[in-house]
Amino acid sequence: MAFRRLIAPLASIVGLSLIVIVVFLGVYAWPAIKFNGIHFLVDNNWNLGSLYANPIVKNGQQILPGAEYGILFLIAGTLLSTFIAVLIAVPFGVGSAMFLAEGVPAFLRPWLSFFVELLAAIPSVVFGLWGYILVIPFLGKHLFPFMVKHFGFIPFFSGPSGSGYGLLTSGLVLSLMIVPLIAATVRDALVARPIGQREAALALGATRFETLWSVELPGVRRVIIASTILATGRALGETMAVLMVSGNALNYLPTNVYTPISTMAAFIVSQLDSALEDPTGMAVRSLAEVALVLCVISMIVNGIARLLLYFSGQERMEAGAWM
Amino acid sequence: MDVAVADVRTAIVSPTFGRNLRRRIFNGLGWGLCALTFLLLGGAMLSILILVFLRGFHALDLKVFTHVTEGTGGGLLNAIEGTAVMSFGGILLAIPPGIAAGIYLAEFRRGFLAPSIRFLSDVLVGVPSIVVGYFAYVTMVVGLGWQFSVAAASIALAIISLPYITRTTEVALRQVPTTLREAGFALGANTGTVIMRICLPMAAPSILTGILLALSISVGETAPLIYTAGWSSYMWTGHLTKEPVGYLTYVIWAFITEPFESAHALAYAAAFLVTFFVLLIGVAARIVLYRRAGANQRY
Repeated sequence: MAFRRLIAPLASIVGLSLIVIVVFLGVYAWPAIKFNGIHFLVDNNWNLGSLYANPIVKNGQQILPGAEYGILFLIAGTLLSTFIAVLIAVPFGVGSAMFLAEGVPAFLRPWLSFFVELLAAIPSVVFGLWGYILVIPFLGKHLFPFMVKHFGFIPFFSGPSGSGYGLLTSGLVLSLMIVPLIAATVRDALVARPIGQREAALALGATRFETLWSVELPGVRRVIIASTILATGRALGETMAVLMVSGNALNYLPTNVYTPISTMAAFIVSQLDSALEDPTGMAVRSLAEVALVLCVISMIVNGIARLLLYFSGQERMEAGAWM
Repeated sequence: MDVAVADVRTAIVSPTFGRNLRRRIFNGLGWGLCALTFLLLGGAMLSILILVFLRGFHALDLKVFTHVTEGTGGGLLNAIEGTAVMSFGGILLAIPPGIAAGIYLAEFRRGFLAPSIRFLSDVLVGVPSIVVGYFAYVTMVVGLGWQFSVAAASIALAIISLPYITRTTEVALRQVPTTLREAGFALGANTGTVIMRICLPMAAPSILTGILLALSISVGETAPLIYTAGWSSYMWTGHLTKEPVGYLTYVIWAFITEPFESAHALAYAAAFLVTFFVLLIGVAARIVLYRRAGANQRY
């Protein structure tokens, strides 16, 4: 028992660091939370105020005249880009997983699976580089004008087609970052299914695809749901790739899928420099509030996925260490 | 899905020409779509790898490894050093608590502490790295007055690495057979000795994979470093605080938008180095795991 008491404090650091992060961000952002109130979440104006005027006192807080902090456009940008990413990533991830588990010739399977798992490790800034160099020129000059011309009748797909930076580009790059995560996890779950069910279905005369679709895929439903939620959390907090392809819009709600956006994570990086210009510090504290909101959203998303996994009796998935 | 099940069942039990045709189309279309998704995924990924490796390889020369950055030209020696120092610093800080938590979760499951640590650690994986970075900025860079520094950046990276090391340690220890523990206890060893002298050495290769994984994540991180490490084009002089340091991922992000050829070349070279290192670690970790699997089968 002595050993247990010896390592318990050291082990608690892991859990405590999450609590410390939330508490310190909350304490630091508290003046901003009091000043901004509910306007922070429902208003659409991020305005540092007049940087050269003398600070005034409003609601008991020292601020610059005209300063207002509303991040509705960030919430919209974050949720919409994540929604597009997940919408694309789930069919692609599950389809790739099915192909990797059953479709590929047996001798290629370990290699291709290994390839997909390696892709999950590519840093987000490299995705950003790729998006900036190759994807944006292609989308902005070719695909988006084409889509406006031929699919413009679909709501939110009509012009102007923009420059290539924007909502759909962010969603596409994000989806590419989370597809390997979903594909690797679902593939592992498919391969781990008991072979008896597969053999029974095949013996009844079902083809391999019918077995996969009607017998094995329903069996891994929970893994698909959980990995989708976890990938959603990943996409919500992704910073560098979005920063490089989103267009970093300010106070601007998207009107179609080509509109420039910004997300909470990318906004923190892109705005800290200018927030530091504010001598009252309210801008930096409001950015801390953005970080806090982002932290709470991703904690809720992750917590739901974890509880789903714990209570469904699913063993903690061992293969994907990213989870 | 239910429709498909019913379709298949009817088609198998009483085949007609129409049902057979529909089944054929369903099968062909299904495989076709699966293959298409995989090909698109693989194609996009190959395009990333080709971009980074082709352009990065062209941008690499000796100067990259021997000179520091001068403006937007020169080499990357300062950035390579900074990335190495901060990543290793982060890993060294994360190993003791991470492994301790892994041991605690695997060996002392009763009580409220283990489930709470496990849940908090699992949620910590999902906390965006920029949030950890901003936390480090608020508390250490500003609050403690450390300014942009190796210490603040390493602690931020350590927090990000912690849950990965915790989880791989826990999983590795759970795979150690109970009979070995019982043998240890039968010989009169106490809990600490059994864990430290029997379980940990058995689990060491898998724990090493977790540490390698955390290292590759640290090397690829950008967002938490921007406001903790800052940027510097000089070599690190060994101060833990009050000295900004350069790192490779910053070069990728900041230099690619500069209008100069030399800046682009450095960005590609940095992307090459980071991606190459991350993939190398991935392959190394996999080799350790496969060896491990082989050893287990022999055991």
